[in-house]
Amino acid sequence: MFGAGGGTSSYREVEETDLIFLWGSNARETHPIFFHRVLKAVNNGARLFVVDPRRTGSAQWADTWLGLDVGSDVALSNAMARVIIHAGLHNREFIDRATTGFEEYAASVEPYTLERAELDTGIPADAIRESALAYARADRAMICWTLGITEHHNAVDNVFALINLALLTGHVGRYGSGLNPLRGQNNVQGGGDMGAIPNKLPGFQDVASNHEARARYEAAWNTTIQPKYGWHLTQMFEAMERGELRSLYVVGENPAQSEADAAHTLHLLESLDHLVVQDIFLTRTAELADVVLPASVSWCEAEGTVTNSERRVQRVRKALDPPGQARDDIEIVVEIARRMGHEWSYGGPEDVWTELRSLSPMHRGMTYPRLAELGGIQWPCWDEQHPGEQFLHARLWDEPKASGDPAPFNIVNNVAPVDELSDEFPIRLTTGRRLDSYNTGVQSGGYSSPLRRGESLDLSPEDAARLAVADGERVRVSSRRGSVEAPVRIDSSLRPGLAFMTLHFPDEVETNILTIDATDPKSGTAEFKASAIRVDKLDAAAAEQQTAAGANVAAR
Amino acid sequence: MDLRLTNQEPTEAERAAVDSVLGPPDSAWVGGDRGDDGHAAHGGHAARAQRHLLLPVLHALQGRVGWISQAGLGYACRRLTVPPAEAYGVASFYALFALEPRAPVVAHVCTDIACMCSGSGELVAALERTIGPSGERPSNGSAIWLESPCLGLCEQAPAVLVTRAGETPGDHSISNATAADVSAALAGTSQQRTGTVAPQTEDGGDGLRLLHRVGTVDPGSLDSYRSAGGYEALRTAFDIGPAGVIREVTDSKLLGRGGAAFPTGRKWDAVGRNPSMPHYIVCNADESEPGTFKDRVVIESDPFALIEALTVAGFATAAEHGYIYLRGEYPLAWSRLEHAIEQCRSRGLLGDDVMGRGFRFDIELRKGAGAYICGEETALFNSIEGYRGEPRSKPPFPVDKGLFAKPTVVNNVESLLNVLGILHDGGAAFSRIGTEQSTGTRLFCLAGCVQRPGLYEAPFGVTLREVLDMAGGVRDGNDLKAVLLGGAAGGFVGPDMLDLELSFEATRAAGATLGSGVVLVFDQTVDLVPILLRIAAFFRDESCGQCVPCRVGTVRQQEALLRLAADRPRGSVADETALLAEIAQAMRDASICGLGQTAANAIDSAINSLRVFEPQGA
Repeated sequence: MFGAGGGTSSYREVEETDLIFLWGSNARETHPIFFHRVLKAVNNGARLFVVDPRRTGSAQWADTWLGLDVGSDVALSNAMARVIIHAGLHNREFIDRATTGFEEYAASVEPYTLERAELDTGIPADAIRESALAYARADRAMICWTLGITEHHNAVDNVFALINLALLTGHVGRYGSGLNPLRGQNNVQGGGDMGAIPNKLPGFQDVASNHEARARYEAAWNTTIQPKYGWHLTQMFEAMERGELRSLYVVGENPAQSEADAAHTLHLLESLDHLVVQDIFLTRTAELADVVLPASVSWCEAEGTVTNSERRVQRVRKALDPPGQARDDIEIVVEIARRMGHEWSYGGPEDVWTELRSLSPMHRGMTYPRLAELGGIQWPCWDEQHPGEQFLHARLWDEPKASGDPAPFNIVNNVAPVDELSDEFPIRLTTGRRLDSYNTGVQSGGYSSPLRRGESLDLSPEDAARLAVADGERVRVSSRRGSVEAPVRIDSSLRPGLAFMTLHFPDEVETNILTIDATDPKSGTAEFKASAIRVDKLDAAAAEQQTAAGANVAAR
Repeated sequence: MDLRLTNQEPTEAERAAVDSVLGPPDSAWVGGDRGDDGHAAHGGHAARAQRHLLLPVLHALQGRVGWISQAGLGYACRRLTVPPAEAYGVASFYALFALEPRAPVVAHVCTDIACMCSGSGELVAALERTIGPSGERPSNGSAIWLESPCLGLCEQAPAVLVTRAGETPGDHSISNATAADVSAALAGTSQQRTGTVAPQTEDGGDGLRLLHRVGTVDPGSLDSYRSAGGYEALRTAFDIGPAGVIREVTDSKLLGRGGAAFPTGRKWDAVGRNPSMPHYIVCNADESEPGTFKDRVVIESDPFALIEALTVAGFATAAEHGYIYLRGEYPLAWSRLEHAIEQCRSRGLLGDDVMGRGFRFDIELRKGAGAYICGEETALFNSIEGYRGEPRSKPPFPVDKGLFAKPTVVNNVESLLNVLGILHDGGAAFSRIGTEQSTGTRLFCLAGCVQRPGLYEAPFGVTLREVLDMAGGVRDGNDLKAVLLGGAAGGFVGPDMLDLELSFEATRAAGATLGSGVVLVFDQTVDLVPILLRIAAFFRDESCGQCVPCRVGTVRQQEALLRLAADRPRGSVADETALLAEIAQAMRDASICGLGQTAANAIDSAINSLRVFEPQGA
């Protein structure tokens, strides 16, 4: 945000803040280590607010749980903003000093009255008002979010809505106040930092507009870099659909099972001319590949660095040799380059890193010895005397005026999920993760866990009663895209009309058959969090068929 | 909080019991009606801050249903955000809670040492004959009887406590109980039947400082208390200010009467000066030392005095919140205290503006549930806070980190009562009563084989002989065999010690202790060996099990005694007594709290001073 793709705060600040909003995050299960920081904060007296349609394990720790209807995040945040402005608790001084667009923003949230928010979100007006006031009045306050914010067709709007709240109250750029997306893996942050996104060169330097940076890379790599953005994942699939993208090189991803509308995805992957998969397991995607490149495991079979959610670059060291023909990722890439006629000469990971430091200013001061000595360094780290930045955007508080570009308010409006509820599909299905498993299970399925219970359709006790289905009974779950069978699990943390599934066990239940590939136009993320479904008893369906068959016989 | 709750639904009665303490649930998510459309819930700090209500909630469940079911406990856990395993750990800590289905009416028959001297053995035998074995529900009844440790009715032995669960719980005590009384209790037709026995007050009560209102004021009437000089001390306290109160208490040289004999003035001063806020004042009325009943007598007959004394202590130490932790076996004391607190609240003697002097103070009454260890001050804190009543390691001491980790004064009932007289007469005058180091008067619990058992008051320095004489000497003109001084955690003295001066310093010099003021008398007809076995069984049962020396030591001690009692020593008698001495030393040296440190004292003294296990005439 504000030009830097990372959380603003450090973990230490989470422990020492006064108020935490976990928005669209069940960190208790999905970021258990991070949640320990949250618990430390709670033990230190911090108040915890959890925004989540489900009353999750995280929500059970909260002082206040706001159980919004799926996809009404903007309605909630805009209503909170209106409460704050009407109470005169917006930080006028900070707004003048560091932001642009406040008047327009204030006007845009004006229609979001508490009455309307109660209708849009389902949350009682009192709870919204109290939460807004608490956030605005806190000395230090943080908003942390995860996929509940970003796996929507309006993902970027959702993020903007949260940023707006922080700008409105000045809860950013100060110790203990910030905006923090929690990363799903140990090195999601590092992947983006290293340029594995279609619009940035390593170090978050824009590939199209930052001509100086592009020139630097062109000189170092002795090549020409086109000043235009590449495709993100969703655009790639669109290009496949158009027939423009014919060859795909997949590194450490399992799109065959992780993408929404799985049947369609599978079809696109199968119709490629050439598919290369580089992974540590023979994933479902790898099974489709023309070439599989067995890779090493980054956290124990390879040297290098990872970057976590607090932007801390840390060394990882090799403990084991990779098995069989598996090879280090760098080695594979260099070898492919060689076969293509480019002799890249890297002596090892440190050489790659040294090159990065010469090209990415924000990594410049991070030598391997310093990374080891300081136990990791938080970017930016401009030179070898720089200790790294504990939190970002302190510049917004510079006197008398924020240095650099002011942070803009972005006007956003509430738009309901694409997959609308109807009489035919009356139940809102949302998806997420559980403590013992990870995504499509590629990395976690090989280990047993006493908590693991396989895939299920989690239903509220009321819905289960209404549908006359028992705990453990297999049912047919259908969306506008397809249907799957799954056992029912009755979960009292769900309210009527809300169902939950994970993507952990695609071999048992292919949940993504149900999900919708309505994607955010800016981030390309699909709306995994909101599908409309119908649940049917299996025996009833079977009985119907039989009845139909009987009728046919009778008609003969 | 990560709660793993079963889906068992509480019964209406269980729900009502929990809600009677916590109020109705505010959303479906904490156990309310699932019919609401739940889009928000509150909890977190507010819910966890209610943890201290766990013990009252457990009492409510037990009192309403007669036992605590998984579903009932689960509902309490959901409301308080306490993990069920932890709540089970708390519930199972207390003897008065049943975690298996149990009859709603239970007669707890005291079989402890004082009652043993007054026919509890015969009573139990009669019950086994007429009703059936302990714990077994008669085929036609909804009630059982159980053996119980000391019920604190030693002067009216044998004693029975009846607990009756239901919509209107009806716990009550029966003194001088017979088998017919217990049968009536099990049939549901018994009621409270105890007397308050302080014989000196019947003789005019001259010179009594602590007992002078006992029997003369109406314990249910604040006006009666005030017309007998009540609330003059608090008035004085307001006049001389907190520092003045602490000065008088310090000058009085008042030492704590709970057993540790710590200077009360120093304790108050340390808390009063402590910058950490808030401060708490806790009255330890968890009187459970076998043979002790003084707090019960005073609270039953003069409850306002304790409330006034606690208010003075709160004023002196800048505490706004006082707790009285009363043992669960005192239903009459509970109801009288509850009533007295209500009266004081309604008359402005407790609340936001005490006596119109701008001082805010209120008292919360807490009930123990049958755990001797909760008389240990830090165990008592844990019990109030809703945890298992396990003692904490010290330091930190309560004056630094006590209840809710805040500076806390914890005083025994008798210590507090002395403050009223100190403010009346001045600390200097008080310090002239008694001996040089033990100032003031002392309450003595005379029970066992004495002519007039009861609660007596005498200045420190009185001899054991004089105290026995006050109670009319040994019963039926029998010869004295031994006196247990200071309770089960105290020690035995023989007839040769009758001229022992009863003061902290003299008893300490003689290797004895005053403890909680127990003077339990045994005449020559009593066999001490069963008494020792009962004491050993008591400590084994009451050890909280937290630290190894006590958990294992109390068991080994009982086993060795059982072998000696059965005349089947492992090796020689001397080998066994040497083993007992070794166990005693290990417990004394290494136990966390006073329970383990004193668990061998009485047995040790019986073996070494009274030579219980040596052949007669040797």
